[in-house]
Amino acid sequence: MSDPEIPVLSEESVAAAVEAALAAVAAVSGTASFKAARSAHAGEASPLARLNGQLRSLPNDQKASAGKLVGQARARVNQALAAKEADVVALENAAQLAAEALDVTALPVKKRLGARHPLSLLQEKIGDIFVGMGWEIAEGPELENEWFNFDALNFDPDHPARAMQDTFFVDPVSSHLLLRTHTSPVQIRSLLSRELPVYVIAPGRTYRTDELDATHTPVFSQVEGIAVDKGLTMAHLRGTLEFFARKMFGDEAKIRLRPNYFPFTEPSAEMDVWQPNAKGGARWVEWGGCGMVNPNVLLSAGIDPDVHSGFAFGIGIERTLQFRNNLNDMRDMVEGDVRFSQQFGMVV
Amino acid sequence: MRIPLSWLAEYVDLPAGTTIDEVHAALVSVGLEEEGSHQFDIDGPVVVGEVLDFTEEPQSNGKTIRWCTVRVAAPGQAAADGGADVRGIVCGAHNFFPGDKVVVTLPGAVLPGNFAIAARKTYGHVSDGMIASTRELGLGEEHDGILRLSSLGLDPAVGTDALELLGLTDAAVEVNVTPDRGYAFSIRGIAREYAHATGATFRDPASVRPAGAPAEGVAVTVSDDAPIRGRVGATVFVTRVVRGVDQTAPTPAWMIARLKLAGIRSISLVVDITNYVMLELGQPLHGYDLDLVRGGIVVRRAAPGETLKTLDGQVRTLDPEDLVIADDTGAIGLAGVMGGFSTEISDATSAVLIEAANFDPVTVARTARRHKLPSEASKRFERGVDPEVAVAAAARAVQLLEELGGARADGTGSGYHAHDQLAPIFLPDRYISGLVGVEYTDDEITSSLIEIGATLEYAHDGLLVSPPSWRPDLTHKSTLAEEVARIVGYSRIPSVIPTAPPGRGLTREQQLRRLAAETLAASGSTEVLAYPFISSASNRTFGSADDTVAPAVKLANPLDSEAPLLRTTLLPGLIDIARRNLSRGLTDLSVYEIGAVFLPVAGADYGVVEVPSGASLPAAPVLDDLNASIPPQPWHVGLLFLGNAVEKQPGQPAVPFGIADVLDTVRLLATALDVPVTVRQGSHSALHPGRTAEIVVPVGAGADVVSVGYVGELLPALAAELDLPRVVGVAELDLSSLMELAARSVQASPLAGYPAATQDVSLVVAESVAAGDVLDAVSSGAGELLEGIHLVDDYRGNGIDGGSKSLTFALRFRASDRTLTAAEASEARIAGAAEASRRFGAIVRE
Repeated sequence: MSDPEIPVLSEESVAAAVEAALAAVAAVSGTASFKAARSAHAGEASPLARLNGQLRSLPNDQKASAGKLVGQARARVNQALAAKEADVVALENAAQLAAEALDVTALPVKKRLGARHPLSLLQEKIGDIFVGMGWEIAEGPELENEWFNFDALNFDPDHPARAMQDTFFVDPVSSHLLLRTHTSPVQIRSLLSRELPVYVIAPGRTYRTDELDATHTPVFSQVEGIAVDKGLTMAHLRGTLEFFARKMFGDEAKIRLRPNYFPFTEPSAEMDVWQPNAKGGARWVEWGGCGMVNPNVLLSAGIDPDVHSGFAFGIGIERTLQFRNNLNDMRDMVEGDVRFSQQFGMVV
Repeated sequence: MRIPLSWLAEYVDLPAGTTIDEVHAALVSVGLEEEGSHQFDIDGPVVVGEVLDFTEEPQSNGKTIRWCTVRVAAPGQAAADGGADVRGIVCGAHNFFPGDKVVVTLPGAVLPGNFAIAARKTYGHVSDGMIASTRELGLGEEHDGILRLSSLGLDPAVGTDALELLGLTDAAVEVNVTPDRGYAFSIRGIAREYAHATGATFRDPASVRPAGAPAEGVAVTVSDDAPIRGRVGATVFVTRVVRGVDQTAPTPAWMIARLKLAGIRSISLVVDITNYVMLELGQPLHGYDLDLVRGGIVVRRAAPGETLKTLDGQVRTLDPEDLVIADDTGAIGLAGVMGGFSTEISDATSAVLIEAANFDPVTVARTARRHKLPSEASKRFERGVDPEVAVAAAARAVQLLEELGGARADGTGSGYHAHDQLAPIFLPDRYISGLVGVEYTDDEITSSLIEIGATLEYAHDGLLVSPPSWRPDLTHKSTLAEEVARIVGYSRIPSVIPTAPPGRGLTREQQLRRLAAETLAASGSTEVLAYPFISSASNRTFGSADDTVAPAVKLANPLDSEAPLLRTTLLPGLIDIARRNLSRGLTDLSVYEIGAVFLPVAGADYGVVEVPSGASLPAAPVLDDLNASIPPQPWHVGLLFLGNAVEKQPGQPAVPFGIADVLDTVRLLATALDVPVTVRQGSHSALHPGRTAEIVVPVGAGADVVSVGYVGELLPALAAELDLPRVVGVAELDLSSLMELAARSVQASPLAGYPAATQDVSLVVAESVAAGDVLDAVSSGAGELLEGIHLVDDYRGNGIDGGSKSLTFALRFRASDRTLTAAEASEARIAGAAEASRRFGAIVRE
């Protein structure tokens, strides 16, 4: 401030300085005018500062009252400035926030969404159901020796199922290697490697020489289960399957057994599941095969069938997914179109 | 097996009006699964008409049609469609004469193929119905002319319902017969099962047998000097001879209709009768033209190199395992599979030799497979034919030839019978209840077994059960348990949850594999599952990192002969899937697969020479051989990224995927699995030479590392060849190795609370030096105080000599027991820089 006129210290001059200061503060509209006002009215060259400078030359008897007068005046001005500063900051913050506003409905998406394959998820879900019952999950090789896939499972060497049209054989055929046609070889491996009693399920990939169409795929997956213990009966088989079905399809699901034939079980049964939530209404759906472990299978693993008995079952994962999740075409499951898995995300 | 209901009703009580669904439900309950049903799909007014007269009218298209007057109802009476008794009908056929009885489909009728008949204007007339051919009726293939009823030996009254007359109102159920139930490939067997299911009375068609054993006729010798697996090729061989077969005699309509419903085409009376008896009794028959058979019949194995021209006209070289029927000239039939050409029944045949034999299932199965000749006969022999039905079947054929073909039986035939009775099975008391879990009464058990045809003897603590001759599948007490359980009904089995002992939960590997899959999905990739079949070319390109060809397992019978190998790498499958997605317009992809690969070791010999038999535990060395016979099949994880990681959006330019994204995902996976991976420059013949990283894991205390896979961009030329975009980021890791290397348990350190000191250092090195190697050098030189280091800048240009680059690292130092001084931090930084100088000649840039 370079006001050349320095008024004489008086009540009037102090009041005038205060009035001018307060008016200037009131007129502040932003940081810049605030700083100007503060410098003009509270800075070293401000009128009040100069008036304050005159205190030194006053007679001693006037110093106290004049000092008080000027002090109070400066305090008023400083108080007004402080209040205004807070207002200015708030205003400017608000203005900045307003300026920073974004359309939150148009923010860029930077993370892509991934997904598990539902066939994997379903196998894991089934695994969890059985692990919850105390069973264990066993796994084995997809490329197998014929003995584990057929002979040990009571498939006669001349059984039609061993014919070339069903099984992928390794070249040369005389090596007796093949792509497993079911996960049953894992049952044999489990019986051979574990102490009895055995309660395991075997999920995994299996192979048969079917051309791909809406209901067949040459590469598919199964979950099989086997329990070998003392005193197991078909009633235990049914109980296990019914528990399994309820966990998969809801509490109203139930199991129907029909006589059937499999080389590795005797008696054997086809199992249908009552699907309470099927699309188009509750109904029986063919689900898989099961039965009591054939005594010859137990003998293959060195187990005495007069001491131990067992039951086994198997279901197709693709088929289960098909009727559980209302899928019409099996090709969608195997072609790798990412839209298929993305319908499921991380949960089946 | 298809079962016409009218035929079934001959041998078991089937109440009138029983529906197809009811028959299916009954058969399902005893184990015969529903496969479908068959009808003639013909309905409406279809009647017998008489051609009264016709005029031939040539047409402009070169055809000549006949404009016929046909009587379709008795004079003065309304026809079946309510119309006039005489109609005008246009007909294109020329094989009939006035006075012929024909089948007329009247307006309102619907023929197979949903072909509705209506009065319609054609060739200048209104044709008020149609004269039908056998093909139009769904009864046969004949379409050259219309069906003249006289050709079937029929002369019914005009107006008769032709559907009833021709058996076209019948329907058939089709069931799946499991391989253990050969006897159910017959009306006889199905009727018995239907009786089991419903309690209806069963009448055995095989119980009608001629008195006395056949003893005369054609001499038969069975001479099997090479039985397969100890089983003689033929255990029964019955022959009958008929003479004077009238070759003009037609197959009756009812038989044509039943055969048709059963899925068999009518050929000639003699052939139709042999097929009919086979369907009825389950016994395959073969008819020979007796005048063409030279001398007696011998059943023997084929001689090496012996040939036979079979009925289909093919000359086949026989295998010494093949069983043949031979006369003095050599083989005249392939036992149980196909007859020979030289003795085929023809129009000129007058004397017929009928063969009803029982051949060994294994012999027939192998021969049918060897010569790729599956037939209705081989199907039955493979599954087992009742050895005691042969005489009845031959007799039934003779009876039908006499009744329908004007033939007469010549003697009572010859017979060879050498089959064994099925071995009795000891059934201990309580065994069945203990296995099935149902408390059966003694009566339920014995009556069920008697019902299926077994004979019982009481023994100490159990029953001695002799299975009936048609049930060779009953070999063990457990098979009897199934019989009792199914006859009483599986619905009786209660539901009891067994208590398994406490389990160990998921194995470590199972947990880690799930973690890997979930991490990749959560990080934005989509799981796919490719078929594991790859081509030789794919294996050459992707199977190994260098130019060698990875050994791969080859399939003997691949579905696609172009892709006969089992994958050694996941990349070809991921690339196929990427191409499919691209073709569907999905151009931004980040996919992964976790799956097995098949990695035979070069030079190793897999497989076994001989497979041990089942039903007994192989000796330990044999089991070891079996276990060692298969190649390693580790789990791999593969990744493929292409297109954009982030799409273009407001304020956000598109961010394309690159190798960095793949590498980042691999790091994330390794972190999740707790494997300390590091990256170094790598090479792979399918990948961009300057953009390939090898992923390694340090092992042991020294500088040893094990390679677990690679990350890179496909060679641009390869990507172009595959119709993929130029930049395709891929990775493949050996997941089994990663899981093996993953930390078993984390050794955690206490966290120091003292302040950190941060400093940067810029080092000038040659451009060819990898930043990662410089970072390693600085780290090792800086010592224990260095808590963290990362590369913040790679500068080339002004102030830096050509061929060099300036790498700036941010260093974070901390001591665990004190606040570091700036001098201590600087000292460590200088030590780090010094190590980089020592290794790579790095110069500190001030």
